[in-house]
Amino acid sequence: MLSRTADSLYWTGRYMERADFLARILEAAIRLAALPAKDQATVTAWAGAIASSGVKSGFDASGRTVSEKSVREYLAFGADNSTSIKACITKARTNARSVRTALTIELWEAINGAWNGLNELGEPTKRDDFTNFLDFVKSTSLAVEGASSRTMLRNDAYWFLRLGMAIERADNTARLLDVKYHLLLPPGERVGGQLDYFQWTTLLREVSALTAYRWVYRESVRPWLVADLLVLNRQMPRSLASCQGMIVSYLERLATDYGRRGPAQRLASNRLTQFNEARIEDIFQSGLHEYIQGFLNENNALAAAVQEQYLV
Amino acid sequence: MRIRIDHSTRYAYARPARFIVQMLRLTPKSCESQQVREWRIETDVDARLRRSEDAFGNIVHSLYTERPTDALTIRVTGEVSTVDTGGVIRGQNDRLQPGVYLRDTRLTQADPALVEFARGIGEGGPLERMHRLMGAIHGGVAFEVGATSATHTAAEAFAIRRGVCQDHAQIFITCARTLGVPARYVSGHLNRSDGQHDQDAAHAWAEAWIEGLGWVGFDAANGICPTDNYVRIATGLDALGATPIRGTSYGGGIGTLTVALHVRPVQQSQQQHQSKGWS
Amino acid sequence: MNGGGSGTIRDSYKTLAAWLENAPPDLLQARSRQAELFFRRMGVTFAVYGDEESNERLIPFDVVPRIIGADEWGGLEKGLKQRVTAINAFLKDIYGPQDCIRAGIVPADLILTNPHYRPEMQGRRPPGDVWCHIAGVDLVRTGEDGFYVLEDNVRTPSGVSYMLENREMMMRLFPDLFAEHAVRPVEIYTDMLLRSLQASAPSGAGEDPTIVVLTPGPFNSAYYEHSFLADKLGVELVEGGDLFVNDDTVYMRTTEGPKRVDVIYRRIDDDFIDPLTFMPNSAVGVPGLMSAYFAGRVTLANAVGTGVADDKAVYTYMPEIIRFFTGEDAILKNVPTWRCREADALKEVLGKLDELVVKEVGGSGGYGMLVGPTSTKAEIEAFRAKLIADPDDFIAQPTLSLSTAPTLNGGSLSPRHVDLRPFVLSSPAGVRVAPGGLTRVALKEGSLVVNSSQGGGTKDTWVLDN
Repeated sequence: MLSRTADSLYWTGRYMERADFLARILEAAIRLAALPAKDQATVTAWAGAIASSGVKSGFDASGRTVSEKSVREYLAFGADNSTSIKACITKARTNARSVRTALTIELWEAINGAWNGLNELGEPTKRDDFTNFLDFVKSTSLAVEGASSRTMLRNDAYWFLRLGMAIERADNTARLLDVKYHLLLPPGERVGGQLDYFQWTTLLREVSALTAYRWVYRESVRPWLVADLLVLNRQMPRSLASCQGMIVSYLERLATDYGRRGPAQRLASNRLTQFNEARIEDIFQSGLHEYIQGFLNENNALAAAVQEQYLV
Repeated sequence: MRIRIDHSTRYAYARPARFIVQMLRLTPKSCESQQVREWRIETDVDARLRRSEDAFGNIVHSLYTERPTDALTIRVTGEVSTVDTGGVIRGQNDRLQPGVYLRDTRLTQADPALVEFARGIGEGGPLERMHRLMGAIHGGVAFEVGATSATHTAAEAFAIRRGVCQDHAQIFITCARTLGVPARYVSGHLNRSDGQHDQDAAHAWAEAWIEGLGWVGFDAANGICPTDNYVRIATGLDALGATPIRGTSYGGGIGTLTVALHVRPVQQSQQQHQSKGWS
Repeated sequence: MNGGGSGTIRDSYKTLAAWLENAPPDLLQARSRQAELFFRRMGVTFAVYGDEESNERLIPFDVVPRIIGADEWGGLEKGLKQRVTAINAFLKDIYGPQDCIRAGIVPADLILTNPHYRPEMQGRRPPGDVWCHIAGVDLVRTGEDGFYVLEDNVRTPSGVSYMLENREMMMRLFPDLFAEHAVRPVEIYTDMLLRSLQASAPSGAGEDPTIVVLTPGPFNSAYYEHSFLADKLGVELVEGGDLFVNDDTVYMRTTEGPKRVDVIYRRIDDDFIDPLTFMPNSAVGVPGLMSAYFAGRVTLANAVGTGVADDKAVYTYMPEIIRFFTGEDAILKNVPTWRCREADALKEVLGKLDELVVKEVGGSGGYGMLVGPTSTKAEIEAFRAKLIADPDDFIAQPTLSLSTAPTLNGGSLSPRHVDLRPFVLSSPAGVRVAPGGLTRVALKEGSLVVNSSQGGGTKDTWVLDN
């Protein structure tokens, strides 16, 4: 297929996924900020949302200061934020529109519906309305994923769309996990204390994994087990290992269809091997934050390899 | 006279360009007033050059790079022996009828001011009128570097009465056509009589079709007809059509362009020295 | 019910008239609403320049078919083939020896300084000497004495998607009507086009040449048609950025690496097609494309420079051009035309502006024209000034009493003026005409302007078999 078509499909996937991630980050921040306020807890929650979205420099440069209002506005609608929820859905739709004929009607309607909904809901400021807005965003990503998996032929168009989603999701899970790093515990709170516990629980809830956690570990929430679930557990669909598995399988399907493997395949499968050998104790030993930063860099390198190999 | 030319154009890209395509009109053809003795095009990166000839009679090389490139230098060197024919061009095979050179182009569209200026040349035979036209432009449009850019039209340059050789040539062409005389743009090199061998830019002038005589050169910037100091490289309907290099880079971003040009007469003692080249 | 200019029913409409008599009264209206719904859902739209509100507008579709009898079509087809054959010979000559200029058939300056003449093409020969692969010839009929050619569209004629969509719609809406008529299939057009493009591939392209449709992009008014055609042909719809030229060969960027392209059905005007040869700031073209073209490594359909043959001033010489190149008289007539570049003609035109249609030589889409009988005094005077200032830019024609076709208007049928654009395909394998065409209809009573950009509609066109 044309590289431009593949590129549009890939970015449709990435932008839809990122819109979903931003909705989850904002939801987490709302919960964390709602804790009985002790010192700077509220501000920390919102600053954490900005940091883990990877838009700190843009946010600071815009002259805004951290508050619930400014962060919500910037991440959801910010006209000067090229990766706000609104911008992501708009870009996903623009990309999809340019390859209309490569999409099924159902998938197009799901994406176009997200964009129409965006215009209908406007830019709510009241917390209730805003929460509804976030629910809407999460539901559209489900609709898009469902429509693609139920109606698209399993050919390169599908693999590129899914590849975009998987690469973005890997990035997003890593960033979500890193939120905890940015949520420094206020003085007087101890590790393993009530606030610490609450923060980890919130994190799990945001990736729809609280129940999953209880099923898998049958224990109260412990940091290294949360990390284990989100990093290494292959049963957990958003874990880094699962995302990596998906990336490898999509790339392998492309390699099979095209009869040619390239740098993207090699990079991806090397990384999957590393996951298979990793232990969460070792990761904690050398620092979870550092591990995540390393993962994000490698994920970017993989995305660049995909771009180079297929999309230009 | 023998004239030696060494002309380098260097493109430095903001980012490595994945791929570069260029059309080069850098190679002269022989005619009565000039014999190309030796000519070569060299690039400092691996590139394919495909040679062809366009409908205007120019030798065109299509250049395609072979790997990502952050800078590209195209160097043209050669030697041409010239004779003074009083600006008259003979011995060239034209695929196009002279009438084609009455066409408007975006750069050579007459506005009312140019039409009035052209009509002010007065009556007379075509050759005489073209000489008067050249004189009027030479006297009326000041030579000034920086007042205009390569995309200025004849009308725009004429409005400010300033410009460089490109503008003088395009004003001449526009007026000649207005008077019903076919005219074309010539890009080339000038061996300067003041001994200034290092030059900032190539030269340009015009040619007009005089019934019974053929194409005759007019250098309005200098107010003279070309002599044996002139080397013709390419012709076109306007400056764009005779542009030495038109190109595109993929992924190179906005880059910078540097030109180094050296034009000098060859001393008798050096004339033995010849190297092989393709033209 | 009326199928001609004279208020009588043409034979070809008799079956339809009888069928309609027995149909329930609101049937046509119901079908009409249904059609609009279908078209909207399929997104068959047309963008109108300068009309932001209705960025994607539907062209009104009239459910009453325009019917052409077999004999009538036979003559028309012969005339179209003759005309397009002559146009190709004319282009070959203009860009070659220019015998027709030397013979005084067309004035040299009209060609050489024509904006659509491309000096860059002088001395070039496209594969099989085919220049105009796809032509859309606009015809009108006045009374019984046959068809007149209004315009030869030989650059990038559009409208063929409506011809095909309209047929599909009619078969869905009125299956029983088709049972009562032997309507020749127009659906074969895309197959004809594909074969025609394949046959036009450059030598060395191999058995199965790679064909693409080149579009300026989604913001072009005919983008829908571009994607429709690519889809029906089963080829890629590419934008300039999808193609690149290396070593005088055209490639498209695919996920499996560069793929060589042999034939480009381009829907981009000459000016924009290669920024290294034509307009340097074109963002929709392919840098270096002309080098590959000149090297004979790719076919462009239509060839570069065909516009010189459909220029409105050159049009007036078409009867002489046809005679010169085919040795026959033109089967399809030209509308009598005054060339305002000629002083006598201009004088005559200025004397009766209120009776004439005056067109700008380079205009299209019904813009820049004066329809004398329906214009106000002020409009006529404004136009007179333009005409005097630049007579070379204009031609004038009498207001034709165009034939009408029955058209749904509210609940009943009324006569409306129509024209017809059949599509003619040329390749080294021959010239073919799809049995049908795009019928455009002026929906306003009395109006003569059928252009979709000015509120015209379309109809399905039925060519009957013997």
